[in-house]
Amino acid sequence: MSTTITTGTPEEKSAAAAVEKIAAERPRIEFGGAWDYSPAPESRDIVRLQKRYGLFIGGRFVPAKSGRVFSTINPATEETLAEVSEGGAADVDLAVKSAEEAYRKRWSKLKPAERGKYIYRIARLLQEKSRELAVLETLNGGKPIKESRDVDLPLAVAHFFYHAGWADKLEYAFPRHRVSPIGVCGQIIPWNFPLLMAAWKIAPALAAGNTVVLKPAETTPLTSLALAEICREADLPPGVVNVVPGAGETGAHLVNHPRVRKIAFTGSTEVGKLIQRALAGTDKRLTLELGGKAANIVFEDAALDQAVEGIVNGIFFNQGHVCCAGSRLLVQESIEDVLLEKLARRIETLRVGDPLDKNTDVGAINSKAQLDKIRELVASGVEEGARLHQSSCALPAKGFFFPPTFFTGVAQSHRIAREEIFGPVLAVMSFRTPDEAIEKANNTPYGLSAGVWTDKGSKVFRITSMMRAGVVWANTFNKFDPASPFGGYKESGFGREGGVHGLKAYVELS
Amino acid sequence: MSRRTGGTGGTGGPDAGRAGAAGTRGNPPLEIRKTYKIWVGGEFVRSESGRTDPIASRKGRFLANVSRGSRKDLREAVRKARAAQPGWAAKSAYLKGQILYRMAEMLESRAAGFEKTLGDSRGLSPAAARQEVRASIDRLVHYAGWSDKITALLGTVNPVASSYFDFSVPEPMGVVGLVAPEEPDLIGLVSHLAPIIVSGNAAVVLLSQAHPLASLELAEVLATSDLPAGIANLISGHKDELAPHLARHMDVQAIADAGGDRALSQGIAEDAAVNVKRVKRYAVPDYRAESAQGLDFIESFVEIKTTWHPIGA
Amino acid sequence: MRTAALPFDVSRVPPIDQAGIEERAASLARRSIKKGAKRTGIRLALSMLDLTTLEGKDSEGKVRQLCRKAIRPLPEDPALPHAAAVCVYPNLVSIAKDALSGSGVKVASVATGFPAGLVPLPVKLEDARRAVEMGADEIDMVIDRGAFLSGELAKVADEIFQVKAACGPARLKVILETGELETYDNVRRASDLAMAAGADFIKTSTGKVAPAATPPVVLVMLEAIRDHYLATGRRVGMKPAGGIKTSKQALHLLVLVKETLGDGWLTPELFRIGASTLANDLLMQLAHESSGNYQNEDYFTKD
Repeated sequence: MSTTITTGTPEEKSAAAAVEKIAAERPRIEFGGAWDYSPAPESRDIVRLQKRYGLFIGGRFVPAKSGRVFSTINPATEETLAEVSEGGAADVDLAVKSAEEAYRKRWSKLKPAERGKYIYRIARLLQEKSRELAVLETLNGGKPIKESRDVDLPLAVAHFFYHAGWADKLEYAFPRHRVSPIGVCGQIIPWNFPLLMAAWKIAPALAAGNTVVLKPAETTPLTSLALAEICREADLPPGVVNVVPGAGETGAHLVNHPRVRKIAFTGSTEVGKLIQRALAGTDKRLTLELGGKAANIVFEDAALDQAVEGIVNGIFFNQGHVCCAGSRLLVQESIEDVLLEKLARRIETLRVGDPLDKNTDVGAINSKAQLDKIRELVASGVEEGARLHQSSCALPAKGFFFPPTFFTGVAQSHRIAREEIFGPVLAVMSFRTPDEAIEKANNTPYGLSAGVWTDKGSKVFRITSMMRAGVVWANTFNKFDPASPFGGYKESGFGREGGVHGLKAYVELS
Repeated sequence: MSRRTGGTGGTGGPDAGRAGAAGTRGNPPLEIRKTYKIWVGGEFVRSESGRTDPIASRKGRFLANVSRGSRKDLREAVRKARAAQPGWAAKSAYLKGQILYRMAEMLESRAAGFEKTLGDSRGLSPAAARQEVRASIDRLVHYAGWSDKITALLGTVNPVASSYFDFSVPEPMGVVGLVAPEEPDLIGLVSHLAPIIVSGNAAVVLLSQAHPLASLELAEVLATSDLPAGIANLISGHKDELAPHLARHMDVQAIADAGGDRALSQGIAEDAAVNVKRVKRYAVPDYRAESAQGLDFIESFVEIKTTWHPIGA
Repeated sequence: MRTAALPFDVSRVPPIDQAGIEERAASLARRSIKKGAKRTGIRLALSMLDLTTLEGKDSEGKVRQLCRKAIRPLPEDPALPHAAAVCVYPNLVSIAKDALSGSGVKVASVATGFPAGLVPLPVKLEDARRAVEMGADEIDMVIDRGAFLSGELAKVADEIFQVKAACGPARLKVILETGELETYDNVRRASDLAMAAGADFIKTSTGKVAPAATPPVVLVMLEAIRDHYLATGRRVGMKPAGGIKTSKQALHLLVLVKETLGDGWLTPELFRIGASTLANDLLMQLAHESSGNYQNEDYFTKD
């Protein structure tokens, strides 16, 4: 076959040459540079970083009592973005007291509808500043701008909108009960969806009439502090929302503070268990959203190209830093080859690199520590005898990056099949019958999510009903909505976030 | 509980004095006493430990020896419960409701016996014993009627902003441990057991340590109610011995802690973290009251599963 | 009529999930095409144009003007690539052939009772044969959608097969009229059928029915082409047509091609865009890219 491009620019001529070359070879799809995208960086000018950020307590930004600060970086470049005050025991105490006072004097006395109006205000302000916050989220966390722009921000806004409406309707959610708030809620959130998790936690807590002390993760404090600034712009009464950045120790102070009435934690199962133990015998309420090792089951009758998209979205979305990631692919033996061929081809089109580039699909790993953990587990996979498949993409020289990866020839006993990697690494296993798929899918201490791909309706209902997991995506994956309850079975935690069921975690019923 | 092996031990009994010349004219025949065994996997078995505890009436009169369940009995009970639970969960709500109703029927038919046992063991007046048995029957009927309403009331269809059909339904948690209240033993047990199993869970119960007789007799009711073997497992014994093993068991998903013992509860709550067990602690002031029943008791032992499916052609 | 066996196994046509394919197309629509990529992309799109006029009032004069536009889209910029083809009704083929002589721009003719395709097979064959005789390099045929939707797949395939034979050396584009097929499953099935029956190109639409070349429909067809290629080694071309008016749409289509079929299809040999007004928008965007000024359409000749 010949090409007819005879006139044109050098690019066009080189494209023509590339086409010629491929034409001579055996059937193979070539993703090359015939027409490449130019860099499309989102401007970071919209974000005005401060040199130093304080703790947000009682409606004001204040330094830590100890004067201690920590640096927060951009994981894509390793540059320091700012210094952030680190909350200690005295700061947590002050924050809890200010939250308690705000609860007693202001927030619990407010008419529920008025409470709702504040939350609507926050939603609107968040919407107005979406672009700035998306860029900030990407700068501080390393996730691709297209995700912070199209997923994190819109969903965070939606959470505030959704819960604002609940403020004056709680009695409808819990008929035959008197509904009252709990009091001061301590909320500890992870670094994978910093702003979105803050929204998941704060919105329902405020709607139900509680006040909040939020501890963002130590690597990603900036958007939580930006949200604090938004609370101030919304004229939210001082102390209703407090943000105290810090690491595990700060979190422990919050968990153990006697005036905190409820703890909501999203993070690792390991820490979750410690918290559950620490709260034993107290009257503090607890909800836990912990780790996962979700199975994504693809049957031979599935819409395979969409299944491949679901697999990719399941494990490479947010660099795989997702507790509900579809990190175990269970594929029916009869289609294993064709599906994996499609998957291998598809990961070649994933664009890995500068998170601020609007065409980047896979951004930076959140931290050096996390990158080390991913590398260690991938090495264990190779060592245990699984076959490694990786995208041939080039990685940036600076920053923390890891290429999209999957393993075949994985045994259930391999570490990569059992442990949560929290990175862009997929373990592929096969099955022959539905029962075998169900058994393998459930054979994990976790139970957060699962995926099922089949074109047969009755099979959808059977397999989804057999999954021991709190969220089951059939013919899709990694979908979220404030109206839809999210949370785990087994060691993935307890309690739900979102929907009617999520409200229950923030109300006292009598 | 204190051991009371002296005095009436071994030969004593409610009618001991009158039974000396059984079968002779003017005397009633010698009473056949019941051997109280634990109920595990649908079978009445002696404890693997081979040990028993004597149970006395409130006034200290010997009533019976009951098996002292061991941690191995507990392990066996969990194993049986685990094996039986999926099949029970898979039965239709309609059938589960009928089986619970059958329990009420069987309890009703043996009401007099239970009244006597309650009177003997807890010293209840006939009227009070009768009230507790009536209330227990009513409670079973109450939960029988719940089986096919739970999903409708705890489930939701969620209006998500994208083109998906999204719904949440309650599902049983799996194997639930129950630390039954010491008193009232019968209505206390029924009030916690029924809501646990009606949604499809299997239960492993540590019975009232002081007053296990009526509870072990309840096993006879359950055994004749078409309840599949292993769905309820009733173990008598020493709670402080058994509760830690229950709370630390990796194959138990949740615990209903109605034991009312602060120290025991603290230990259970700590141990439960080993596999992120759900723990619900109860302090029910009046088990006969209507507030001691209802959907909340069921809801504590269901998981909510949310399912997404695209809408398209 | 000859009753042929189906040239492909219908049971092996994969199902398509509507939400999934629409999400994938939408996510590819969010690719940001800027600067050099935009300029190259627009030039590429220009070179892939099937400049089309298919109106009852078409005249010799209009076709000649269109041909001039195809050969040199912008009189003042001779370095711009020419369009791939001019697409007309059969009666105007000889005019176009004459006007395009020596330019490298192909003559494409619709045929087979365009646009409904509801004429007897011999008439369809004769229609195609005559267009080729008059100088058409490419024939854009329509399938019998009524037959397809009634499940008479063998009939549809046989017609394509026979039209292909009647085309001789001319390349055959098979129009599925996806707007009438309604579901993505049907689009995929019709794509597989047309390729198995010998289509050189598969094409979305006549331009007479809406919706036409929506991105998810194009994506379904591109995936069908990819799978056909991997299974047989034969490269079938793709031609979206209908409702493509803006550079943004055209660039989005190129993104779909790039990320589904890769470099091998980024050529007018294998990818065409059927459009009538798109050319001017491409030119305006190009002018904007080089001058930085937003453009007014009166500075660009309509045809």
